[in-house]
Amino acid sequence: MTDAPILALQDVRISYFSRTGEANVIPRLSFELARGEAMGLVGESGCGKSTVALAIVRYLGRAGRVVGGRILFEGRDVAALTEGELRAMRGRRIAMVYQDPMASLNPVMTVGRQLMEVPMIHEGIGERAARARALAMLAEVKLPDGEKLLERYPHQLSGGQQQRIVIAMALIAEPALLIMDEPTTGLDVTVEAAVLDLVRELRQRHEMSVLFISHNLGTVVRVCDRIGVMYAGELLEEGSIRQVFANPRHPYTRALLDCLPSLDRDKRHAPLVPIPGQVAAAVARPSGCGFAARCVHVEPGRCTTQAIPSVPVTGERGHRVQCIRAAELPRWERRRTAAVVATEVSTARMALTVTGLRKRYGQRGGLFGAGRASVQALNGVNLTAAKGQTLAIVGESGCGKTTLAKILIGLETASEGRVELEGHEVGSVRVEARPAAVKRAVQMVFQNPDSTLNPSHTVGYAVGRALRRLRGLAGSGAANEVAHLLEVVRLPPELAGRKPHQLSGGQKQRVAIARALAGNPDVIVADEPVSALDVSVQASILNLLNEIQAERDATLIFISHDLSVVRYLADHVAVMYLGTVVELGHVADVFAPPFHPYTEALLSAVPVPDPEGQGIRIVLEGALPSATEVPRGCPFSTRCPRRIGAICDETPPPDQPLAGGHYISCHIPAEELARLQSAGAGARE
Amino acid sequence: MALPATVEGVPAVSGQVPLGIARTWARRLGRLAESTPALVGAGIIAFWATVAVLAPAIAPYAPNANNLAALANPAPSSAHWLGTDQLGRDILSRILWGARTVLTVAPLAVLGAAILGSLLGLTAGYFRGWIDLVIARVCDIVLSFPVIILYMIILAHFGSSAFNIIGVLTLTKAPIIARIVRGLTLELREREYVAAAKMRGESALYVMLVEILPNARGPLIVDMCLRTGYNVVIIGALGFLGIGLPPPDPDWGGMVKDTYGMMSVWPHMALFPCAAISSLVIGFNLLAVGLREIGLRD
Repeated sequence: MTDAPILALQDVRISYFSRTGEANVIPRLSFELARGEAMGLVGESGCGKSTVALAIVRYLGRAGRVVGGRILFEGRDVAALTEGELRAMRGRRIAMVYQDPMASLNPVMTVGRQLMEVPMIHEGIGERAARARALAMLAEVKLPDGEKLLERYPHQLSGGQQQRIVIAMALIAEPALLIMDEPTTGLDVTVEAAVLDLVRELRQRHEMSVLFISHNLGTVVRVCDRIGVMYAGELLEEGSIRQVFANPRHPYTRALLDCLPSLDRDKRHAPLVPIPGQVAAAVARPSGCGFAARCVHVEPGRCTTQAIPSVPVTGERGHRVQCIRAAELPRWERRRTAAVVATEVSTARMALTVTGLRKRYGQRGGLFGAGRASVQALNGVNLTAAKGQTLAIVGESGCGKTTLAKILIGLETASEGRVELEGHEVGSVRVEARPAAVKRAVQMVFQNPDSTLNPSHTVGYAVGRALRRLRGLAGSGAANEVAHLLEVVRLPPELAGRKPHQLSGGQKQRVAIARALAGNPDVIVADEPVSALDVSVQASILNLLNEIQAERDATLIFISHDLSVVRYLADHVAVMYLGTVVELGHVADVFAPPFHPYTEALLSAVPVPDPEGQGIRIVLEGALPSATEVPRGCPFSTRCPRRIGAICDETPPPDQPLAGGHYISCHIPAEELARLQSAGAGARE
Repeated sequence: MALPATVEGVPAVSGQVPLGIARTWARRLGRLAESTPALVGAGIIAFWATVAVLAPAIAPYAPNANNLAALANPAPSSAHWLGTDQLGRDILSRILWGARTVLTVAPLAVLGAAILGSLLGLTAGYFRGWIDLVIARVCDIVLSFPVIILYMIILAHFGSSAFNIIGVLTLTKAPIIARIVRGLTLELREREYVAAAKMRGESALYVMLVEILPNARGPLIVDMCLRTGYNVVIIGALGFLGIGLPPPDPDWGGMVKDTYGMMSVWPHMALFPCAAISSLVIGFNLLAVGLREIGLRD
């Protein structure tokens, strides 16, 4: 590409100002984005990715300021634009797509109005022409029924549809640069895959440049040509996707790859390596390399005294790295798991047996409840978890996995069916009515680190209270046990005096684990415990859960939407779809053909952080059916790419038992599935 | 408000309280400086609180002492800085003494309303269902009455005293606080830490008072401030209607009532007590605005 870059950052320095002074979040950042190129910016939260995006459109707010360097867009300094020019640039030349589509859409305007507004305001075209443009754009983002959709309000659409509308709004002005800030983070894995494919396709067709910001290396690989790895406001490594993934030179890039669970990593064979420590506050920026404090290759003195220059990697054009030891480090090797052999299902005692579990919501008559359609959240779930093993329950949002967890812990009761936990029937017993021994035996780790701890209570109180209620410990005995539990979850004992707002997300989740361990539970239910955490922190929490589970011989019920995490942590996996378990078995069996067609689709949608491992994607058509009208036959029949005919719609599929307790709930014979899917997997390799 | 640490004899794990209670409060008061309105409001309230405490020492005259000589010319003078009223009583002294009653009755009434309202709101929001329905309807009934008529009926029946005024204000203001707390409770009861508390077998009372209420305190404190200001106005209005604190004790509203007939001749007699009421109300409003501002910043 010979023409001038569309976007160039030259020694940009950005600070936020507050009463306490200046916080320099971006010390010095330079990079260029060529016309038609897609560049991904990755890094942990707090590394300054979003700040860069906002600075490009001069939208930092009152507290933030570009205090040095220049940002050139199409050769013009963004800082020198007048208000009018800035408005024109934001609307017509640069478009942005943010994480939460609902926050980008106006809830009181129809989708059509919002789409048409863009060309009507920026290009001054008439309503009729704008409507035609809007319809064409909807077709481009692959939303069928455009005419009808234009009259809808945002809340009437699914999350995936909303994000497509936002992308349509961004593209309708035909911008030269599209900035996407974590555009798929809140979406289900199959929806995410479809949106990423869409972005890739559209940018090629419109010859548009994309700046793609994400914490997920896998999504960046799917969309971008080049990648920049950011840490503490600095670009530590940059290069083409292939260069950086095949030969990562910066220890931070390597650390990110090493702590990322993927479909070929397993806790026994390729343990995740978490990055120690956390991103330092911007006010306490060390001299020298910003990553030195967490780096395994650090050399005190050389790394910590001088500013580190960004140097080209020899022999690789466009690959640059900002590490003083880059040339000395050995070549990086991707960790892979050798094929896991399914261990025999032990005859060990079952910790948990669920039979025929159903849960309906909204069926209570009552004064105003009459006529409300009931929602079938669980529709005959059968599963077992062996003592001392990890059972993962995986599925997209709305599949009933959280309802199942709530019944296990007694926050909800089953409408039908049995849940046997350590020999007690608990399915229809709310937690208040459960005997003390059962309460002690099952504890939960929740999803949201910000809501799992009471902000008014100290860590010591939260854990101490659990000890008192579940084990009757009080006084100095309790204090010692609190310190011990904090040690178990690798937290310093001083943290007992802290309140949650003084802790990081990972620390909060560790405290939550300590609290769950207070009663020495036999069964730990963990509902998406790492989905809100950064990858580096996620790895350490997963390893911690794994250790605790093994040491205490506890049963871990691990609920997740992330198949890579499940692959890593689980012994057994249950795949759920629309309130039923469609496949259950040992992790090695579930992650190898034959798959249930839904498992197959989920696996193909997982973003793989490896440019060589990109396979053929199975795109699921349509949306998840509403839980008020569950299909009569197979629940997956409405979206199944391998549907064989009317039998799928009419007859509930049989559970086909396979070797090792593995079963698949499908009309297609397992041998046939295996044959079809091995062919597909061959194409994926 | 009930301190969480005192409920059900919670174990005091050592090292749990890094800062002493006094230092925690000093830190909180220090945060007032972050907002100018809060600082000004707190200053005005502190001024009136000091005046109220020191009234016996700094008031130049006894509040009910008549200076018949001043009747001829009640206008402000060097002897009576704010002048005298229709009975020759020193207005400054009466305002100073009046601060005592208003600054006792208004905050106590708010405290009563906050306690009653919080309990009602927590119960309604936590249990929902028919309990919520009953509490919400009772609150609606109380709130649908024209309050002044309600005050007149109740105080006419039971007689007018500081205690009865506190009671009446508590009863009529509690439903408003109950609504606020109910709304907050509906949101907070879904938090994961509430689920965690239930899973270790905590009682409903514990969950409401220890897990939920402390996290509702921010909006609650702002509202209490605002409501104290409103109460100052209402106490003034009751005094003006003649159902305030019984005479001859000084009461700002009563002072206006006794003298507003002479407004065209001697405006100072009504204006100075009015100014006292206004300044105190503005003080509470500014403090509420400032506290909200500080709260939003977190």
